[in-house]
Parts: sequence; structure tokens; C-alpha cells
Amino acid sequence: MIHDQADYTREDESVHEPLLSEKGEETVDVREESPLPDDLTREELTLPAPSEPEIARHYTRLSQMNWAIDSGPYPLGSCTMKYNPKFTEDVAADPNAAVHPDRPDRAVQGNLELQYRLQEFLADVGGMDAVTLQPPAGAAGELTGILIAKAYHEHHGNDRSEVVIPASAHGTNFATAATAGYDVVELPSGEDGRVDLEALEAAVGDDTAALMLTNPNTVGLFERDITEIAEVVHDAGGLLYYDGANLNALLGRGRPGDMGFDVMHYNVHKTFATPHGGGGPGAGPVGVTEELAEFLPSPRVRGTNGEKGYERFEPAESIGKVHGFEGNWLVLIKTYAYIARLGDEGLADAAAKAVLNANYLAERIDLEVPYGPFHHEFAATAGERDAADVAKRMLDFGVHPPTTKWPEMVPEAMLTEPTEIEGQSSLDDLAEAFDLAYADVDEALETAPNRTAAARIDQVGAARNPRLSWQALEED
Amino acid sequence: MSGSPYAPHTDAETAAMLETIGVESEESLFDIPEAVAFDGEFGIDARTERGIRDECARMFARNDDATEFLGRGHYSHYVPSVVDHLSDRAEFLTSYTQYQPEISQGFLQALFEYQSMLVELTGLPIANCSMYDAATALSEAATLADRVRSTTGDVVLVPGHLREGKRAVLENYCAGADLTVEAYSMDDGIADVDALADRVGDDVVMVYAENPTLRGCIEENLDAIGEVADDNDALFTLGSDVVALSVLEEPASAGVDVVVGEAGALGLPTSYGMGLGVFACREEHLRQVPGRLVGASEDAEGDRAFTLTLQTREQHIRKERATSNICTNQAWVALRAAIHAAWLGPDGLVDLANDCVRDAAALADRIDDLSGAAAPVHDRHHFREFTVRTDQPAAAVADDLEETGFLVHVVGEHLLQVCVTDHNAGRADDLVAAFGEVI
Repeated sequence: MIHDQADYTREDESVHEPLLSEKGEETVDVREESPLPDDLTREELTLPAPSEPEIARHYTRLSQMNWAIDSGPYPLGSCTMKYNPKFTEDVAADPNAAVHPDRPDRAVQGNLELQYRLQEFLADVGGMDAVTLQPPAGAAGELTGILIAKAYHEHHGNDRSEVVIPASAHGTNFATAATAGYDVVELPSGEDGRVDLEALEAAVGDDTAALMLTNPNTVGLFERDITEIAEVVHDAGGLLYYDGANLNALLGRGRPGDMGFDVMHYNVHKTFATPHGGGGPGAGPVGVTEELAEFLPSPRVRGTNGEKGYERFEPAESIGKVHGFEGNWLVLIKTYAYIARLGDEGLADAAAKAVLNANYLAERIDLEVPYGPFHHEFAATAGERDAADVAKRMLDFGVHPPTTKWPEMVPEAMLTEPTEIEGQSSLDDLAEAFDLAYADVDEALETAPNRTAAARIDQVGAARNPRLSWQALEED
Repeated sequence: MSGSPYAPHTDAETAAMLETIGVESEESLFDIPEAVAFDGEFGIDARTERGIRDECARMFARNDDATEFLGRGHYSHYVPSVVDHLSDRAEFLTSYTQYQPEISQGFLQALFEYQSMLVELTGLPIANCSMYDAATALSEAATLADRVRSTTGDVVLVPGHLREGKRAVLENYCAGADLTVEAYSMDDGIADVDALADRVGDDVVMVYAENPTLRGCIEENLDAIGEVADDNDALFTLGSDVVALSVLEEPASAGVDVVVGEAGALGLPTSYGMGLGVFACREEHLRQVPGRLVGASEDAEGDRAFTLTLQTREQHIRKERATSNICTNQAWVALRAAIHAAWLGPDGLVDLANDCVRDAAALADRIDDLSGAAAPVHDRHHFREFTVRTDQPAAAVADDLEETGFLVHVVGEHLLQVCVTDHNAGRADDLVAAFGEVI
């Protein structure tokens, strides 16, 4: 089961790959060549000047030191690391789609049509009435949704100051509410890991603008009381916000709109398999009920009856904009292609297999899973072991480990989300990696990993003495 | 077709897995009450790969075949093939955020190098590994100003010429921090420093300027704006882009505290406004920076290694006290911009930027020679773009140009804006000829 991962370090060097700057920099005298007067220009510019072959080798070497979903299992809980279908890249690379956002509507009908159709797809999948594609990431979608809630309350003359968020929610929820200017009321988890209705009733009141809820929640549990939860929030005059991070579990089997949610975001780089690109770009479209549609960001796209086909328009009470232009366009094209490829049955099957895989893997591993029944992800506990150490040891067995030490309701949590793309044998390998690491001796855990490009990295040192550029390294 | 083409399970495997779990069916694994369950009928028909490629190609072919002389915040330069081929390597494209640095050294180093390039371009010691775009980066600068400035003020001053969409985004972020956005006037395409100086006071937390300005003018008063901001303890934030920064006055030496703007001018072709937000700042604001930072460290064998660092600023640890809610950013676009910058090298970058000055001046001169048009409107140096005053209504001129296959911006009743880069410079002759015919 031991697995070498790109450990190509030369023993006589203390780096895995030299920096571009170490391969040779050049300095250009800017003023010598510039058509501009000296007081408007910089004196010089010093940057690496590698040849194209050197560039190709540098980045190829770097890529070989990087784990990806195409390398093997990547079961990061709450991240939904699915296979990214290759053909979507080709669809998005169409040069005809590469146009400027300031084109008049009549000159950009093709893009507007795809935007319109994708809005419709997403509305159908979420059970929502209207959708904006503008937010460039999930957190941006959250902010958009909460700003819509705020605009709604202000429009109705309600001054509400609080957003209620379960303790187990993603950190972005809390940060989003604060960015929108709300106070956060944290809701403790019930004993069964779900929202406690009594605690919710106590937390919700005249000041509640919204409850932000992830369903299934961050340990994979469906909030069975969702109808009652919606009632409590709505009776208090608040809105119900759906965090779409875990939507993959519900595809075709439940829709936020049918559960009483008023506003939601979609993480297309999770649920709809657009590549995450090492940290982005993603996209975080937002869906709302009819009642909230007039507050959506501007512009939206609608069909016209005339010959024009599609047009952009500003919703009556629009919150304005959340991205300078139309959001992460290339990602949105890939989203459309993925949803169209799967269709109704494919989407439902994705959820079914994601849930099957999580349950099978949990059954196969020796670690205990305290909460259930879970859906697409589960939080195992490393018990007396340090979850972060177990994760590091898993790297030596050829898999990416789960999310560790979160959510906090599970001690030494290993939040695991295999997604639908792993088959039985792959899950068996993953289970073996879990069990080997979990059962290993303390010393092996503390010194792991040993088979990766870099050995265990000193994170404390990195933060204590921040060196964030090659210039800072040269000063050292 | 039934089922997802990307789930590998055979029926036999599914049955075996269900048996291991101890349930009868996939359905029984779902704990969704009947009242809120959905029957799965979205009405979306599955298509084949080939079918979708054809469908989307047909859709995109409905975009007019026009040559764009458009800019105003979204710029296009030739992106060399090496950028696509290397950034499309699946090890980069299909990876996640680098939570396990030991098997993510490649992307971390690439982002560290990107940060370093921005440090050189801005002269500021700290650069993060990306924001969504210029508008959101500017917005995060405003909330940073609110956190770091001791003044009791709540006003963010922005140029009179500011892209409407950018201002709309800024206002959304400002509202949550109880900040208000106010514009200062312009003087022939650049900042009116006297008016700015008159306006700035205790109530101002941030002064924002752009170089080049929205009208494409190169700002001549950066140092003076910096002094005005500094005298009033306001944060001085500058918006620019990576190509312009290659030749224009270095922000740090003009007293700039934060640089925001677009790095997508490198690495990204025209992409309907998709961006790559720059965020660079002074050392003293390090712990208030939004977004991800990659730092150098050592591994257990004493080798240099890279890792995400100072994460206690971020939402997954600090929650509502985080510096921002951002997590997913534009990392892959940053990788592309870095490859593009490496390919150009400093010589190539400076040449590209100088062409942005020369080509804009040359095209403006040729349009100015036509009767019925005057360009550039502002008596300034320009970068990439400039405005044109037309005797006829600008909208009518733009419509006529569109008929002949050229797109330009309408920015006033008798005002057009034209942007020229290596992307469209080859069609400049044709644009001038078209202008000559329609005016």
C-alpha cells in the first residue's frame, strides 16, 4: 500500500524545484525605451526571463508535485472533489464565446442564451424561481444571498440586525453575515447533530434577518425537521438561506425551494464538477423565490418575444453588483455542459452514488462515525489519535486525506466525502489507507508523510516568520 | 443513458456495496421526509458529449462576428499557447486548495512565484494569491481601510471616472461596514488634486485612484494624491493592472498603501469579464490582508517548502472575525498569469506595455485626422484606450461602426472610447477606414 508521490528531490540540494527567480532574472531599464516622460514611469523592472523550454520544464515539474482529482481519491469533506469531465474544457474554449462583456445585447446573443438556459437549469435543480449567475464563488454567493435578504427586509421597512447560524456551519457563513453588517447568533447543535428546534425558537425573533442552513449539514445529516425549522423562521419574519455546499447529496431527491428555503447559492465547482483549479475560479450562482427576484443583482438575462432573442435587464429593486462584470464566465459554460450531459437521471444517480459511496466507505473503515444516518459525507472520529497526524500518514498510502478537525462537534473529526466518482475497489483502497494510518504507531504518525515531495512542513514557523515572496527569501 | 457517466459502478458492484452496508436499495440511504422529497423530474434531457459541443458551438456562433475595440476594465492581450498547455495539466486544473501542503508543493510554489511577481510590479512587500476581480479587490481594500485606520471617518473617496459596475460592487461591501462612497472630480481625464485636497478630511478612511484612469489616461499626480491621503491618515489605494504596472510609476514609491486591480490582463483571453483580482499592501497590514497567502517554510528534512500561511485571518478559523469571507479565489488564473509573465520576461512585458502607449497614441492621431472626430479628448498620455469626441451623436456612430463589424464604447452623448492592444491592433487600419466612412 506504500505509495511514492513525486519524490524527486536531489539529495545534494535543499529545494524541490528552484524558483523561477533562481533560474535567472533580468533587469530592464524602463526609461530608456519608454515613450513616456520619466516622471510617469518606473526606473527599472527585474523579473525572471526563462526560455519557453525552461518554462515548460519548470511548470511540468511543479505539476508533478501536486495531487489532483486525476491523481487519485480526494475525499475532502464539504469540498465535493468530483472528476471534471474533459469535454467541458473544450466547450468553454470556443473562441466565439470569448467576447467582451460591454457588447450590446444584440451582438452577444449566444452568451445571453447560455446564461438564460443555465439560469433555468439551476432554478429547476434548486426549486427556485429566479437565478443570478454573477457571484464568482460560493462565499460571494452567500454574500449576494444575504444582501438580498437585507434589501428585502429594508424594502419592507424592517430593521433586522441578526443572522442565525448553526455552530456546525462553514466558516464562510459567519464571515459573510459579518461582511453584510449583521451580528451573528450561533446556534448550538442538538444532541443528534441537527438543529435543535427549541434552541432555534429561543434564538430566532424580531431581530432575525435570516437563518443560514446547510442541508444535509456538515456531518451529512439531513435536517429532518426542515418544515418546522422553516415555520419557526418564517413566523418570526426571517428568511431561510440554503448553503449549497452539500447540494450533491440532494440532486433529484430534494429541492431547497420545496423545503421552504427562500434563497440559496450553488457551488458549481462542487456540485456540477467544474474544476477547482487549485483554489478557484469557481462560481456561486444564487437562486431565490419569486418574492425575492426583484432584489437580484444586475443584470439578469431574460428571453424577449421580439427577434432579439435575449436581453439583459436590471431587476426593480436590485442590490446592484457583486462582481465587476458577469462573473466567472468560463466556469459557467462548464456548468451548463455538465448539467446537460447528466440530465435528470444522471443528476439523481450522482447523488445516489455519492451517498452509496459514503455509506460503504464508512462501513469499511475501523474508525467510529458518531452521527447518522449520513448522506454524501460522514465525520469519522480519530478518537485518541490526532486526526491531522492520521491524515498525514494517509498521504503515504497514495490517497488524499479527508478534511480534519472539523466540524468541531466530532472530536478529532475526519470529514470524508468520496463523491460518486470512486468505484468499489477505489473505496476499498481508501478504506485500507484509513485503517493502516489509524492503526499505525505513534512515531509513524508524527513523522509522516515520508513518500511525498516534501516531508512534514513546519506551519508554525511559516506563520511566525512570514516570507511571502522570493524577495523576502533573498533578504533572509 | 441512465445514471451518471462519471460514476463507475456496475450493477453487481452497487449490489455488493448495498449488501456490505446492509440496506436493500440506494433509496433507503436517503433520510428525506416524504413531505419535502422530490420526484427527480427536472425536465432536463441528458445529451451526449458530441451533442453538447454542437449545441454550445451553435449558441456561441450567434454572437456577432465583430472586432472589439473594447476595454474599460476588461483587457485582452495575446495569450501564448504555453499558458494553455501548462495550466491545463490536470495536476493543476483538477486540484483543490492546498490544505495538505506536502502533496501540493507544485501549486503552492507557482502561487508563491505569482505573489513575488506582484511584489516586484507594485514595490509593496505583501501580495495575496488572488481576489475574484478588480472590483471585489477594491471593495476588500475599503474594508481593510476601515479596520486599520484610526480615523473615525466612514467615507471612501473614488475618482469621478469610475466604472459603474465597480462602484456598485464597492457600495455593496461598504454598506456592511457602514462606509459611504463619494466621488472626487476629475481634471481632463485624471484626478483633480486640488478638489481632492479640499474634500479630504477626518471623515475619509480611504482615497482611491486609478492608473491608468477609466478613460485610459496615465495619472500624473500619484505622488500628490499620496501626500493628500497621508496627511489625512487615509489609506491610499491604487487600481492598476499588471501590464500597466510594468512601465508606469512604481506604486510603493508614490506612497501607495494598497494596490488592487486586474492581473487577468495576462493569462486570460477576453472572457466576458472574468478577472483576476490583485491585492498587494504594506507590511504593517499583513495580518489584515484578505484571502490566501503562500509562505516559505521548511520541511522535516530541512528542505525549503511552501504552505498556506497566516490562516488565522481566514473564515474557516476566525469565522465572523475573519478579514474576509473569501475562500475559493482565482488561483488557477493566477497560475496562468504567472506563466504568461514568465514567458514575456521583463523585456517582453515592457515592450507590451510600451506598445499600449504607442498604439493608443497612434490610433488616436489617425482618428483625430478625420473630420467629424477629435481624439484623444483629454490632453494626456494614454494607455491602451482613449476617448473620441464625435460631431454626430456617439451612439449613432457606434451603431454604424457595429454595422461594419467594429465595436467601441459609447461613454457620452458625443463621446466614444476605443481600446487598442496587440489583440486588435492588426485591425486598426480597418477601424480608421470604417470611422472615416461613418462620420
